[in-house]
Amino acid sequence: MIRAFAAGVASLLATLLVASVVIFAAMQVLPGDPAQVMLGVNARPDTLAALREQLGLDQPLAVRYWTWVSGLLTGNPGVSHTYAVPVSDLIAARLGVSLPLAALALALAVAIGLPLGMWAAARRGRAVDRGVLIVAQLGIAVPNFWLAMLLVLLFAVTLRWLPPGGFPGWDAGAGPALLALVLPAVALALPQSAILAQVMRQSLVDVLAQDFVRTARAKGLTRGQALRRHALRNAFIPILSVLGLQFPFLLAGTIIIENVFFLPGIGRLVFQAVNQRDLIVVQSVVMLLVAIVAVVNLLVGLAYAAVDPRVRRAA
Amino acid sequence: MNRDFLNARLLAGAIIVGGVCLMALISLVWTPYDPLKLDIANRFAPPGPRHWLGTDQLGRDVLSLLMRGAVGPVGVSISAVTIGLVVGATAGMLAASSGGVASYATLRTSDFLFAFPALLIAILLRETLGPGMLNAMVAIGIFYIPIFIRVSYGASLPVWRSGYVAAARVAGRGSLWIATVHVLPNIAGVLTVHTSVQLSLGVLAEASLSYIGLGVQPPQPSWGRMLLEAQTLLPISPLLAIAPGLAIMVTVMGFNLLGAGLRQALDPRGAFIPESEAVR
Repeated sequence: MIRAFAAGVASLLATLLVASVVIFAAMQVLPGDPAQVMLGVNARPDTLAALREQLGLDQPLAVRYWTWVSGLLTGNPGVSHTYAVPVSDLIAARLGVSLPLAALALALAVAIGLPLGMWAAARRGRAVDRGVLIVAQLGIAVPNFWLAMLLVLLFAVTLRWLPPGGFPGWDAGAGPALLALVLPAVALALPQSAILAQVMRQSLVDVLAQDFVRTARAKGLTRGQALRRHALRNAFIPILSVLGLQFPFLLAGTIIIENVFFLPGIGRLVFQAVNQRDLIVVQSVVMLLVAIVAVVNLLVGLAYAAVDPRVRRAA
Repeated sequence: MNRDFLNARLLAGAIIVGGVCLMALISLVWTPYDPLKLDIANRFAPPGPRHWLGTDQLGRDVLSLLMRGAVGPVGVSISAVTIGLVVGATAGMLAASSGGVASYATLRTSDFLFAFPALLIAILLRETLGPGMLNAMVAIGIFYIPIFIRVSYGASLPVWRSGYVAAARVAGRGSLWIATVHVLPNIAGVLTVHTSVQLSLGVLAEASLSYIGLGVQPPQPSWGRMLLEAQTLLPISPLLAIAPGLAIMVTVMGFNLLGAGLRQALDPRGAFIPESEAVR
């Protein structure tokens, strides 16, 4: 277990190092000089040169890369050109919207998907099972941003129960802020829960067909007891891997959904920054997102080993 | 082809996918109206005999937009999967043949690429390739590469250890020759099933990219872009938002059904993909 952990961390660090080089390089080939974009086409050459110097754009590539990476490590990757505030402050403020949104969506997806999947597996082949499978097929095929628009049409435009978009900020109190996150979280969660329901059902059906479940039943346990005490733990193993595989989609979905609802999160930040050539913000946010995906992959791998002793021994 | 091969899901999926592809192709040479022609006097026309699905905020015929709008999602999805399949399957098969450093390097690269969601690749490539269909194709294609590396690596590993591959080696054949002649036919079934499942994901990904402005560019219509334009008009004309969304959903379901049907036909015992991981 300790060796698996060390190997995982080493691989994570290597991934992050290579990612930082790739992301930095991708930003350097962008046509369009940030200084030119900020000052406009009529800027005087000496003003341009002065701004380039102020932004550090006159430094050699290696120096700029090192300044950025060492800044990332100390939690201060630089100052945003357009917002004129430290990138770390900007990201921290935006995470205050994106993290609660992603967490709420994940919690909803699990709370809806897993019970539905268990219910369908327990009633395998009956009407409930077929119904869940059909609904899940539909849910998987729905683009989340379209679902978001339909939810807005119903709950914001027609019924007027919830706000159609925007974010009042946490300063205005938790109530209004959470209300603003409800529709985005539901739009993100429903397609995810459809996937989870399908995986949960199939996984449980597979496990219930195995010998040890039959043995448990033969010992005199009821179907429910066998399911709870023996089958569930085993059935959760594929759920873990699917949660890991789906995580990048949840993240990408969060970025898109923030743009649908005009939420001031990481997703809107990165789009505005791309348009304004605010390179330091773009590369820092992309780096952060890649790091999150890589860490989640590592955690899923470790959780896998913790849940399944067979994986632990193989490692 | 026996009767087991033509199961209901395969048939339904093939009809939907075939229909959508046909519609996209036809739209390139014929649509009821020119999908780019504005007719401001006739905007927000309700569905009727002249415009079956009505007109949009600029008086464009919605049915024509919907037909031409299929070109982006279908075209991008197919090209992206082709990129992922060709690069990923080649790399995966060769990595399985050699073992050692090359194999390790390929698998590590694949793990590395896995940390980049397609959306981030599209953001990083946007300025280099310019926002547009090419950007979406390449970004989604790169995203597919590690998926196909993993699939083809795992599937071809046992083939490389077989007797006939050893015989071909003794006969002096190179790895690329053996991969093409012996390994590829053996893993073609697995790749086919994964390809059709990934195509459905490609349609969703293209729609998302076009929706946030990284895919098909105006004035060319695309389902994702149509949804973006319809968003502010929701209270006035909900149909403008409902039609393209339904089109995306039906197409994605078509590819999913095709994948499920192919899996049932080619892999009845579930050896290609464990059923529990076959969802996407």
